[in-house]
Amino acid sequence: MQLPSELDDLYQDIILDHYRSPRHQGLLDDPDLRGEGFNPFCGDQVVLTLGLDEAGRIAEVGFEGQGCSISQASASMLTGHLEGKTLEEAEGLVRTFKGIMQGGEFTPEQEDELGDIVALQGVKRFPIRIKCALLGWTTLQDAIAAYRKTHD
Amino acid sequence: MYDVAKIRKDFPILDREVHGVPLVYLDNAATSQKPRAVIQALSDYYERYNANVHRGAHTLAIEATDAYEEARAKVARFINAPSPENIVFVRNTTEAINLVAHTWAVANVGAGDRIVVTEMEHHSNLVPWQHVARMGGAELKLMAMTSGYELDTSDLDELLTPATKLVALTHMSNVLGTITPVAEVVAAAHRVGALALVDAAQSVPHMPVDVQALDCDFMAFSGHKMLGPTGIGVLYAKEEVLEQMDPFLRGGEMVLEVTYEDATWNQVPLKFEAGTPNIGDAIALGAAVDYLSALGMDSVREHEVALTGYAMERFAELEEVTTFGPSDLSVRGGVVSFYMSEIHPHDIGQVLDQLGIAIRAGHHCAMPLVRSRLNVPATARASFYLYNTEAEIDALIDGLNQVLRYFGDAASKRA
Repeated sequence: MQLPSELDDLYQDIILDHYRSPRHQGLLDDPDLRGEGFNPFCGDQVVLTLGLDEAGRIAEVGFEGQGCSISQASASMLTGHLEGKTLEEAEGLVRTFKGIMQGGEFTPEQEDELGDIVALQGVKRFPIRIKCALLGWTTLQDAIAAYRKTHD
Repeated sequence: MYDVAKIRKDFPILDREVHGVPLVYLDNAATSQKPRAVIQALSDYYERYNANVHRGAHTLAIEATDAYEEARAKVARFINAPSPENIVFVRNTTEAINLVAHTWAVANVGAGDRIVVTEMEHHSNLVPWQHVARMGGAELKLMAMTSGYELDTSDLDELLTPATKLVALTHMSNVLGTITPVAEVVAAAHRVGALALVDAAQSVPHMPVDVQALDCDFMAFSGHKMLGPTGIGVLYAKEEVLEQMDPFLRGGEMVLEVTYEDATWNQVPLKFEAGTPNIGDAIALGAAVDYLSALGMDSVREHEVALTGYAMERFAELEEVTTFGPSDLSVRGGVVSFYMSEIHPHDIGQVLDQLGIAIRAGHHCAMPLVRSRLNVPATARASFYLYNTEAEIDALIDGLNQVLRYFGDAASKRA
């Protein structure tokens, strides 16, 4: 029996590439921000650490996790878009991505900005996997919220 | 003669297609499919004699009450309970266990006491006891699993001290398929004066179960895993235990006499069925019990042993796949949990779904077992029932080969 091509929308090459070789692997020793995310539905886990520079911009990113291809690839892709951003900008990125996953469409500008992340659009056709795709992103949001509590 | 092809015709859902291919339903440990007789019993009740039970002198009320109580009697006979009065209808296994935790355990487990469970428990037979132990100042102890995924009873005598008030154990693990030596553990519990509760959610649907032979004090199981509808489950308890237990929920139906100041309780089991019960689903569970009884639970078990043996042979062909569970089929139900280090169970499940094959991926509501004992983040699980066939297991193995090729190819494209 042949596998339907729908599956290739979900498991695009770039996603499987990030799954096999996640970027920014390894946690920072002394991070300014740290977040842990867990999806009890399938046991996916992401730990995210961020280091800030003197201007408060994200200078370093490190993550570790285990779980399905979508959760790990999405988190890996996210780490590639954080360096140089302020926490507000990072939050904006999360909002954009969440909006897309919850039914919105990328604008051409967003497609340019987000690059490889656009590949995750295929996840929308498999609603049960959206939570997997969002895990790293909500972990980042939580880490920023926790950081603000102690630093504002 | 056990005729699977004929049995399959009784299950309308087995005719459906998923993503354009025939459904291969291998998620029976989560819930079973329903035969037409059960669906019909449900609609018969609502179309012909829907009425509230145990009250009202009209014909419909009498018919509904008779059918509801007949369902209770059918369930009692099915597990060889001494009387229908041993059977309390609840929503599901979880509610049955919580009923015991919130009534019997609250009254009988206190500071310095001990509750013993096994490492193989589903959350529903673990989390309520964590709560009881914490609230009462009791300790919660674990019976270990052997390296062969069976229950380790070698240190039962040390574990079951006189302080032990309850031993709560699964009859069949929903992750490993392990069938535990319940009678042996119950006897050991009774020797120290403890009661024994059996989580039979996976055993009652799949094998002959005799509560008097096991001598357990409580047994909990769900209707929906044994061809019945969702929302109806069973707590069996010995009569003397039920008599001394306080009610769980209070209100209508469970009372005998009420004044503005006080109330007295109805007889057992009605004392534990506050409010209008789930009449329709209880009656349909009775129809499920009829269906299973007509097939014969020995035949059902025999069919599943053969299927599981076949599945284990076929799984052995897949080098990349690790399976968990006892190799001895006499202590194993129709459950195969498996793991591939390179491909996450959720991804396996996704690809199989595209092929019409339904399995479960995750921790199966047994997080400590999967993560701390099997030492994997999650497993994929195929679980069989009386309507599954060897051809469906072949479809699963073909599907897993496709999963391996799919993710292997995707990886090698870049290599």
